[in-house]
Amino acid sequence: MEIPRHWRINPQRYELIGEECPHCKIKIFPPRDVCPNCGGEAKEEYTFSGRGEVYSFTTLYDGPAGFEEMTPYTVALVKLEEGPVVTAQLTDLGSTGVEIGMPVEMVTRRIRSDGDERGMLIYGYKFRPVGFTTAK
Amino acid sequence: MAAPEKSPLLLIPDRQVGFIGYGAYVPRYRLPGSAVSHIWRFGESGSPVKEKAVAGLDEDVITMSIEAARNALARAGIPARELRAVWVGSESHPYAVKPSGTVVAEALGASSSISAGDWQFACKAGTEAIVAAMGLVGSGMGRYALAIGMDTAQGKPGDALEYTAGSGGAAYIVGPADEALAVIEAAYSFVSDTPDFWRRQEQKYPEHGQRFTGDPAYFKHIQAAAETLLRETRTTPADYRYAVFHQPNPKFPQRAGKALGFNDEQIKDGLLVPVIGNTYAGAALIGLTAVLDIAQPGDRVLVTSFGSGAGSDAFALRVTDAILERRGKARSTADYITRRTEIDYGTYVRFRGKLAMR
Ligand SMILES: [Zn+2]
Repeated sequence: MEIPRHWRINPQRYELIGEECPHCKIKIFPPRDVCPNCGGEAKEEYTFSGRGEVYSFTTLYDGPAGFEEMTPYTVALVKLEEGPVVTAQLTDLGSTGVEIGMPVEMVTRRIRSDGDERGMLIYGYKFRPVGFTTAK
Repeated sequence: MAAPEKSPLLLIPDRQVGFIGYGAYVPRYRLPGSAVSHIWRFGESGSPVKEKAVAGLDEDVITMSIEAARNALARAGIPARELRAVWVGSESHPYAVKPSGTVVAEALGASSSISAGDWQFACKAGTEAIVAAMGLVGSGMGRYALAIGMDTAQGKPGDALEYTAGSGGAAYIVGPADEALAVIEAAYSFVSDTPDFWRRQEQKYPEHGQRFTGDPAYFKHIQAAAETLLRETRTTPADYRYAVFHQPNPKFPQRAGKALGFNDEQIKDGLLVPVIGNTYAGAALIGLTAVLDIAQPGDRVLVTSFGSGAGSDAFALRVTDAILERRGKARSTADYITRRTEIDYGTYVRFRGKLAMR
């Protein structure tokens, strides 16, 4: 039923692709074609680095429909290094506690399955702690 | 090696090819062998491995392939748009029908003008994809092809395989030899219809013919493939700094290596099964990533996979100078192995979908 809506947003959801305003150069996510800063038209694709830090977070013990199998999980507002703030699940926390300001990086993960085990799998961005050796 | 004159057995494309990038992925969770023994054997049985890597709740072959491929692209230093193929070899594709390859390709930002799809040949699905990539690049149909071997390996609860069936794998970008960090000097594939291990359509766990897993399956095919490659390339084990074999447990590759004339020094660096388990289609390929992380220019590496059903692909590689500046551009295999959170059997049961929710 919801299939078309899912695939049209693949680039932004799989790869964190947003926009850059050609007038004032701010980076925009999610893409909206109009710059929230200067009001100019902004349609240039921009791929975010995926790096950012936790701005705020909360843990959900009762997830909304479709997310029950993932509970409990932590949702955070992540401030990307290019500026925008995105809402996303944190993953791969292991025994790591979450803190405001914690550096995180984007990974593409399974978000949920659309309906039961017969449904389509939905993939998208989440963020995880950077706390293991980073490439030079 | 003297450029092998065209052996009718070897797989050598018209244009020489190699790996221009590689990337590993291992999920962060570990299930100790002792936890399995505790549940099923009162803790009285030893485990063939210390522990195995377990994918988290939101991970599968698609997500793991995406991360390994991003690491491979970072090392290759090419944009995803230049790939002409995205091929994923696995025996745990999330969908029975719907390719993993298209999701991986789109998540990487690959173009739509590519060949994408999934390969299946038990534990050698990944090396099968590499052989195909050699053909695509070596024929000039494309400059770069991405081939992945990745699994969230299944083992029936309580079965001997449950100690070892792990999650992980690796991605390789095949390209022209003059851009390679490891040139593929030759490959050789050897197969036969052998009923050692299988999983029927719609079955959750594999079956294995206990009698068949050792001599008539693993050892026969690995040895036939590696011996033929050595003979036809006129090389001997002493010419290789490293040898990597499919690794369902620590003993099989050690025994196969010894029988071929390789010593423990040549085998140990690519032997990851004691700490991540048997990652099926990922096993030989992630072993190779650990070797490439430390190999020096000029080193030769012999890699031989094994897939039940059955067959082996063997490769003779020569590491180039490019390894030195490229390997640091993504996380090392050791980085992933060191990132480790131990889990108990209950968490494992939940993570691997063995817990019925309805
Ligand atoms: Zn603007």
